[in-house]
Amino acid sequence: MRKKRRTIQWRDIGVPLAVFFAALALWEALVRWKNIPPYILPAPSVVLDKLIEDRELLFSSLLVTLGVTFEALVVATVCGVALALLIAQSKWLERALLPFAIVLQVTPIIAIAPLLLVYMQPDNAVLVCAFLVAFFPILSNTSLGLASVDFGLRDLFDLYHASPWQKLIYLRLPSALPQFLTGLRIGGGLALIGAIVAELAAGASGQGTGLAYRIVEAGFRLDIPRMFAALALISLSGLAIYGALAALSYVLLRGWHESARAQDE
Amino acid sequence: MTAPALVSLRAVGKTFPSGLVALADYDLDVREGETLTLLGPSGCGKSTVLRLVCGLASPTAGAIDWRAPQIKNNIGVVFQDATLLPWASVFDNVFLPLRLNRLSREAASPRVDEALAQVGLLNFSRALPRELSGGMRMRCAIARALVTRPALIMMDEPFAALDEVTRFKLNDDLLALKRRFGATIVFVTHSVFEAAYLSTRIVVMSRRAGRIIDEIEIDPAIPRDDDYRASKTFADVCRRASQALRVSIAEATP
Repeated sequence: MRKKRRTIQWRDIGVPLAVFFAALALWEALVRWKNIPPYILPAPSVVLDKLIEDRELLFSSLLVTLGVTFEALVVATVCGVALALLIAQSKWLERALLPFAIVLQVTPIIAIAPLLLVYMQPDNAVLVCAFLVAFFPILSNTSLGLASVDFGLRDLFDLYHASPWQKLIYLRLPSALPQFLTGLRIGGGLALIGAIVAELAAGASGQGTGLAYRIVEAGFRLDIPRMFAALALISLSGLAIYGALAALSYVLLRGWHESARAQDE
Repeated sequence: MTAPALVSLRAVGKTFPSGLVALADYDLDVREGETLTLLGPSGCGKSTVLRLVCGLASPTAGAIDWRAPQIKNNIGVVFQDATLLPWASVFDNVFLPLRLNRLSREAASPRVDEALAQVGLLNFSRALPRELSGGMRMRCAIARALVTRPALIMMDEPFAALDEVTRFKLNDDLLALKRRFGATIVFVTHSVFEAAYLSTRIVVMSRRAGRIIDEIEIDPAIPRDDDYRASKTFADVCRRASQALRVSIAEATP
């Protein structure tokens, strides 16, 4: 059984990695064979060189972007869960608050970002953009989880005269955990996208220090390898955020929830 | 001599908001110490009676009278599904009623262990529900119902989803627990054989708003074992319950 599990994990990681490196090799070969100049399409080796050469600048920008993403995700988690709990307590609150959350979700962040930059400091505007896109999936998934408690378990808690607080702590929150974690996984990726979009808007107005700003700046200078290097860091960050949140989900749901069980078998 | 009633349903009715009449003018006494089985086809209102007695639903007519209020506040229930918290260990599932009663883990631990030992799950106290078989999950649910030491245990088709062998074993275990605790049990089932084996009284219900078609008394002194299953008494009870059940089904057929 243990051996089978190891094989599946190796396949899960090994196959996409093999495809990725094959695509990189093909890209490198094509650029060299066609002699394509780096300002049109840099080879992966050139991008890697640029990444090493500009590491201090790019990694300090990466830290700025990741810092904003993390802060936005934390605030979105706190606000999303808090609002979901409020909504779960009262249909009136749901009717009053949910439409505003939906309006914020369906309005494209790229349209909101320039406005926020008018009214706020760039750092705050970027944080608010990232928060806005991460907030809704956490809110909607947690609300769904809180409302999807098993009827038999509800009866059981009623039978033993559980207080609303006991129902929340011992039943509703654990029941909502899988949906909350799904929202968190989606929100984590979206927080990064929100931060990047807002940084792009800030970058266009000559402000900002994040990775997206470096892309805008490199674009102005036609430094295409640096654009690719920054893009690669953004992609890797997105993967790392998703991987970390997926691992958190697995650890918290392992042993009892079907989603984590499916990964085990 | 008939034992005094623990709880009495008097002219109880239950009509759902959709207009469906589940029970009408229903009378029933649950006597102290008995194992009362409510037998009937699906939709006859057996589970409604159970929910009304447990306080999980309110009657739309009539009254439910309790001999003592403390009995009402400490009822053990075993549902059709084991209804365990999937994220909690066997110990924590059995501990739940005591935890909700604000008992600390340390104070509750001996009682939880005792309940687990009684259903043979003491060695599985750290296991999660998904690691248990269907029969073991049901044992866990029974331990949870026992841990508060209730005077009345309500069981809603608890063994319906189990295989025959496991069901027979759990029937015997339930009788052994009953002998040890002496609690009153109200058992809901649609199995004639299970009703005949477990009960000291069987109430056969009609599909028409829970009308009682027959009431069969079985001598509680008769030992419940394989000999009983092969006895004439058992066959007679099964025959009479089956006939009542046929009437019940015929009444419902237009």
